[in-house]
Amino acid sequence: MLTVHPRLLEPDDPVERTPVDRTQADRTQAERIAAAALPGTATDTTAPASPPEPVVVAAPLPARQGLGARLLAALPGMLSAALSLGLFVAFWYFATKYKLDFYIRFNNIPSPGEVWQNAVILSDSVRFYENMAISMRRILFGFGIATVLGIALGLLIGQYRPVRALLFPVFEVLRPIPAIAWVPMAIMLWPSNETSIVFITFLGSFFPILLNTIHGVNSVDPVLVRAARCLGASESALLRQVILPASLPHIFTGLAIGMGVAWVSLIAAEMISGQYGIGYFTWEAYSLIEYADIAIGMIVIGVLGLACSGAIRLVGNALMPWLASQRGAEK
Amino acid sequence: MTDLSTPTLATPLFPAANADRAAPATGHIRVEQLRVVFGRGANATLAVDDASIEVKPGEFVSIIGPSGCGKSTLLNVVAGFVAPTAGSSTVDGKPTDKPGADRGMVFQQYSLFPWLTVRKNVEFGLRQQGLPLSRREQMARTLLGLAGLLAFENHYPDQLSGGMRQRVGIVRALATSPQVLLMDEPFGALDAQTRQVMQQILTNMWQRFKLSVLFITHDIDESIYLSDRVYVMTARPGRIKAEIPIDLPRPRTPEIAFTPEFLALKQQLRALISAESLLAMGGELKDGGLEGFELSVGEKGVGDLL
Repeated sequence: MLTVHPRLLEPDDPVERTPVDRTQADRTQAERIAAAALPGTATDTTAPASPPEPVVVAAPLPARQGLGARLLAALPGMLSAALSLGLFVAFWYFATKYKLDFYIRFNNIPSPGEVWQNAVILSDSVRFYENMAISMRRILFGFGIATVLGIALGLLIGQYRPVRALLFPVFEVLRPIPAIAWVPMAIMLWPSNETSIVFITFLGSFFPILLNTIHGVNSVDPVLVRAARCLGASESALLRQVILPASLPHIFTGLAIGMGVAWVSLIAAEMISGQYGIGYFTWEAYSLIEYADIAIGMIVIGVLGLACSGAIRLVGNALMPWLASQRGAEK
Repeated sequence: MTDLSTPTLATPLFPAANADRAAPATGHIRVEQLRVVFGRGANATLAVDDASIEVKPGEFVSIIGPSGCGKSTLLNVVAGFVAPTAGSSTVDGKPTDKPGADRGMVFQQYSLFPWLTVRKNVEFGLRQQGLPLSRREQMARTLLGLAGLLAFENHYPDQLSGGMRQRVGIVRALATSPQVLLMDEPFGALDAQTRQVMQQILTNMWQRFKLSVLFITHDIDESIYLSDRVYVMTARPGRIKAEIPIDLPRPRTPEIAFTPEFLALKQQLRALISAESLLAMGGELKDGGLEGFELSVGEKGVGDLL
């Protein structure tokens, strides 16, 4: 059925004026509630006959504040963060300066100054950037494939009992095996070192993504599924337009965890079997007694990992704008 | 029973009597000798037994009964979510064996898709019919405009009050032009004031869209205020205990609740239902349960007893 009854689209049916007028009271009351929750939105609907300008509300609410005001509000947090980091570096500095030795030994640990000097030298090294780029590429491939497969299989396993019966036992057996335990097998399994490292990275992130997607599908509110079916949703539309978006918050939890595990697996794989990559760089620095470079490798790994998690959060916020209004409603 | 029982006469022949309620030829719900059993063997529960109801085209019919009496089950059979164990359920002669857009449904829980804006929620059913984006956007805006919700088309459901969410829910159910609207205690979660306004809005929409409505409630006033006919269901297993025609004139205003006719109907329904409610609570009310406490308590409150 592709048409709507003409009666649906008659704006001025002369039936029953009174109830329409009566709804006015509720409408304005309801609008006042909504308007209170949403400062700065037009709420003029008193005349449905002349549609008011569309209101754009979807943007995250805090973004409406000025940049200056937001900086000011963030100032105490930034100060305490600087203090925390400063204390850490100061401890590092004094511990290495006085060669602190109480069970843990700072004799061979590079000082912040040495690390800084080496960092300045490395910042001119093409090789160093190549190592970073290679690690990022491995993450991109491994994590990317894990994302696609994990979400797709998670949706199918979560939604369809036969798929679950067929696939889930295998995954349950494989899941407890840490990705790093796969290193020797992966080297034999895959044609090149590169593919086996990507495979290890993939394995690390695949299971968190898969399991969280399944969990997301299982926790979809059944009333939403029933509503969708009543509105004529086909099986595939249900999966794409209801199950998937309803599971997105869980999926993104899985992606965030998966990204963390992906980095753990990648660095371990690079240290064990690799050529190139930031994990390999860090291990190589140890072998070559370039101790300051170890710290640089660690810092870079930390920063890259942070950047990847941040990227996931950004994508998540962009794909799930409704969560901003949910958080707003809770306040 | 009202004059709606003769839908074929509802055309120019008697315009004065039926002007604003010209009954359409479709939307005829018929449930016959319905029996629904959940579970098997020792765990089998008889939810609905030998229930027959009918909603004629354009009619507003309520089912009222104690909680757990199977009235929602009956509605779910008509919606196509539950298969009858015996008996039949049809809409316009077609068995209701699976859910579909010809039967709009409004749920007690908020069932808007939280990731879609109000307008996209309304468009959902139209999208399933394969309508192009511009067309369904225009239709959704028209409907939201009629319901006075256009200013909120870009809001997410979580930004709306409970009453507004249910209004959007009704508009969404109407968007696919269903012949019948199935409502499962749609206002049960709303406060009394909002509820009353929502009842008026619903009456208005029903008259404009000339739908058949099957409405589930446990609120006696609500069922009288809204309906042409009220079915009273018994405690589980749910049977139809009585069929009460509501011959109150329309349009009805909230003041109608103070008229003797309304009060008489209310008394009649209350008598029918309270017996069933006691039955439904059966086991919970042994040994003085109904009195609350069998003896009165003195000045110190419960402290006197202990």
